[in-house]
Amino acid sequence: MNTHQHKSATVFSLRMRVDRTLCQGHARCVVLAPELFEADEFGGGREIGDGGVPSDLENKAWLAKANCPEFAVDVVRVDETV
Amino acid sequence: MSSRAPVADWASDFDHRDSDWVEDPFSIWNELRQKCPIAHTDRFSGVYFPSRYDDIRAIAYDPEHFSSRRLFVREGRPPLLKAPPITSDPPVHRDERKMLLPPFTPAAVQKLEPRARDICRELLERLSGRSECDGAIDYAQEIPARLTAHMLGISEESGDQFRKWIHEFFELSITDPGIAVRVVAELSDFFRQEIAKRRAAPGDDLVSYLINARIGERALEEDEITGILRLLLFAGIDTTWSAIGSALWHLANHADDRRWLAAEPQLIPTAVEEFLRAYAPVTMGREIVKEADINGCHFKEGEMVMLAFGAANRDPAAFPDADRVIIDRAENRHAAFGLGIHRCIGSTLARMEMRVALEEWLGKFPDFTLTPGAVVKWSMGTVRGPRQLPITFGPK
Repeated sequence: MNTHQHKSATVFSLRMRVDRTLCQGHARCVVLAPELFEADEFGGGREIGDGGVPSDLENKAWLAKANCPEFAVDVVRVDETV
Repeated sequence: MSSRAPVADWASDFDHRDSDWVEDPFSIWNELRQKCPIAHTDRFSGVYFPSRYDDIRAIAYDPEHFSSRRLFVREGRPPLLKAPPITSDPPVHRDERKMLLPPFTPAAVQKLEPRARDICRELLERLSGRSECDGAIDYAQEIPARLTAHMLGISEESGDQFRKWIHEFFELSITDPGIAVRVVAELSDFFRQEIAKRRAAPGDDLVSYLINARIGERALEEDEITGILRLLLFAGIDTTWSAIGSALWHLANHADDRRWLAAEPQLIPTAVEEFLRAYAPVTMGREIVKEADINGCHFKEGEMVMLAFGAANRDPAAFPDADRVIIDRAENRHAAFGLGIHRCIGSTLARMEMRVALEEWLGKFPDFTLTPGAVVKWSMGTVRGPRQLPITFGPK
């Protein structure tokens, strides 16, 4: 589908990652930041696309991390062109 | 029941059936957290009680030493009852759980929301024109009982029978384990009849889902299906009823929060998380199957552990202002639905029911208080919520 792939010139300062070995499917990230996370067929959370966070969604990214009971959501600061 | 010795000391002789614990467990847990973070009692053949977030978390993450095969603290050690996946440990747990996950994903739960909303509206309509009601009996308990029946493809009128079984299993059987055995037998008979009906005429319901489900490659045996159905009934009704009831109790007691939520219903999902944190209804047991040491405490094989997720949620080391209910708390990684591999499979469903229940109630009755002079009664046992919640409608 690739609907969430961003144009090659987009610069993200944040990137999200769900550690699937820690995720237990509480789905907090999916609810708090549906633009950034989706649930798989078993309800497990995963980042959409490559996990890059558009600047207007950075708040939601931090919110998703701060509300994961399993500490499975990671936000890393990047400064790269993808 | 009345012959039980009074609690001498919470750290070394606790009893979760004690009336002080039933009324206000929070101050007991706070005291323990400071004095003796892992309490113990010789009652119920030996039980440990961790009160700190970190210790509860560590035990929930350690199924090798702390097995889920026995989840309830009762007198004696009645025969084990399988209700996969909640009573399972690794390695079989994984595939069993995977089998049960699809009907509870966010997408699946979304499809149930219209029915949940209709149920709430029907219940509220019955309260139209009345000046008082019992929030626990007339509203909170009816919502999950009816929605669960709907999901199982069973007449929603069966809710009454469900509630009787649940009360017997969770409250009465703590001191009389024979009751649990009888309830399980009755439930199994009931579900066997439903399974037979669904084999003849399948529908879009959980009984039909389980008949067709596979663990790995194999179909489920009838005993497994009845065990899972029993689990869904027990786990889905009492708990959600308690959570909705506690939220209503809080709002009836806190006019500022009630007005705020009524005026800004978009805050309800955030408030639901805070109610779950502060009034987490569920305490789960674990059986110690291999001796272990956690935070300087030695856990003896054969004894039980009670994991009160509400105690974890009130730990100030994990949550700032832990004893204050802050309905717009933005950072809230509470443990109300458990932690680790046994995370409540119905958590998304329960959250939806709570949200819809509060949206509909506040939309219809934005003003209400606890009825002056009336008594609120809390449940006894390992699911905590109001069982009697007298409410008066109208501005105050």
